[in-house]
Amino acid sequence: MSVAAITVPTVTHSLSKDEELTEKISVRNLDFFYGDHRALKSISVPLYRGKVTAFIGPSGCGKSTLLRILNRMYDLYPNQRATGHVTLDSADILAPSQDLNLLRAKVGMVFQKPTPFPMTIFENIAFGIRLYERLSKSELDDRVRHALERAALWDEVKDKLGANGLSLSGGQQQRLCIARTVAVRPEVILFDEPCSALDPISTAKIEELIDELKDDYTIAIVTHNMQQAARVSDFTAFMYLGELVEFGETTRIFTTPNDRRTQDYITGRFG
Amino acid sequence: MDTALYAKRRRRNVTTMALAYGATGFGLSWLVLILAVLLWEGFSGLSLAVFTEMTPPPGSAGGLLNPIVGSLVMTIIAVLIGTPLGMLAGTYMAEYGRYDKLTMVVRFINDILLSAPSIVVGLFVYEVMVAQMGHFSGWAGAVSLAVIVVPVVVRTTEDMLTLVPDTLREAAASIGLPRSLMIQKVAYRAARAGMITGVLLAVARISGETAPLLFTALNNQFWSLNLNAPVSSLPVVIFQFALSPYKDWQKLAWTGALIITLAVLALSIVARILTAQRKTS
Repeated sequence: MSVAAITVPTVTHSLSKDEELTEKISVRNLDFFYGDHRALKSISVPLYRGKVTAFIGPSGCGKSTLLRILNRMYDLYPNQRATGHVTLDSADILAPSQDLNLLRAKVGMVFQKPTPFPMTIFENIAFGIRLYERLSKSELDDRVRHALERAALWDEVKDKLGANGLSLSGGQQQRLCIARTVAVRPEVILFDEPCSALDPISTAKIEELIDELKDDYTIAIVTHNMQQAARVSDFTAFMYLGELVEFGETTRIFTTPNDRRTQDYITGRFG
Repeated sequence: MDTALYAKRRRRNVTTMALAYGATGFGLSWLVLILAVLLWEGFSGLSLAVFTEMTPPPGSAGGLLNPIVGSLVMTIIAVLIGTPLGMLAGTYMAEYGRYDKLTMVVRFINDILLSAPSIVVGLFVYEVMVAQMGHFSGWAGAVSLAVIVVPVVVRTTEDMLTLVPDTLREAAASIGLPRSLMIQKVAYRAARAGMITGVLLAVARISGETAPLLFTALNNQFWSLNLNAPVSSLPVVIFQFALSPYKDWQKLAWTGALIITLAVLALSIVARILTAQRKTS
């Protein structure tokens, strides 16, 4: 099967027969350039509403690059540009008129390294909420609590909300960052290798969390860890050298991949 | 193993280390000597009168109240003028224009300004302020010190903001934070200790500056807070008194030098504590 034929996936995947899939984000013929270097080549992939989509592939294959297009994070840097079509609920993300702050409030992101802001645990969460909403003190308290509960961190920090966010452990910091992202009430959450700096127990907690969050959010996760992709995702996209080699239901990708390269990668023959 | 080769390397190591220690010791011994003489001469003249009385005419008792206050006032004004300018410029360079050509030009010019002899700054302010106004003034003195503060603050602000990891900026952007708020609430907060240290170092730098003040604030033997008139300052008084033939004036010059040194020492210690806190937090 040629690459060209599978780069435009059709919406035929379904997890259960009666479940209908809708595309929350849809990527069509996306190219991305770092200066003159073409890092992504004609990528087309859907992110289905309420599902977890994993992006796997060897280092440098462009999976993080792809993720950073979905909230236009690349716009912070010069000489980077994307061409093609990326839509969020049919609104063009790449349009120059797109308000980046509103886009990023809708499409949240959790990074590889935990990045708490240099402020208290409470402020780390409340800060983002106050940006777009005017709330009373008690409403704000509720929202912060809810976000921390959502990130399975509330019980650990409820007695020290005034402590510096940086005083938490790495795994706690990462959950604080997830809480911060959730607090802004995004529609999509992008996870960029969220567990690569964490120990196995913290990793397990984050994976559990991702599983719970997918009821309310559309999730994309980039990971180097294939077991993680298999555990947490409904759909998997395998990328290689800037191309999307294969996309499909996770169970199928990991059992009967169509492409030779996918098979080689998931069986550990390269990568 | 070639033992001769190893022995040779050992010998070279010992020689180099001896030279390095020797050079350190040589340099430090002069520093210790200078400080020892300063402490010895300065402390013997230190008394309450130094802080309560005006500079005396030769042969009578007096203190350093007017130059101490003059130095404080001009330093504070210089910091009030120089810090916002320097911080805004540094913020532009590190946050808004990090990849712009203009930033490279500004950084280059700022580096020149940073190492420019302060007497040049004095001459410049003399031309644009003192000559235009027709008289020496405290304002001119404060402005010349501000010109020295700006490049120091620009440099430290840019450096400290550049040290704030990009991941933190991305995290701020990822919750929809506009850049201006990201800088105010996240980047400044992360770089705060370093930026304050920069201001303290700038104060330390100007507190001993004599040349620019000679051309601008000149000196004033009497109590005066009028910044439109000449204002006394510690470095200029030290310069004048130390060169005089009068023993009591020379004594006061030593005491003044000690006061500046202790003030700078205190600033440096505070700066150190602040940077140490930044590393541990």
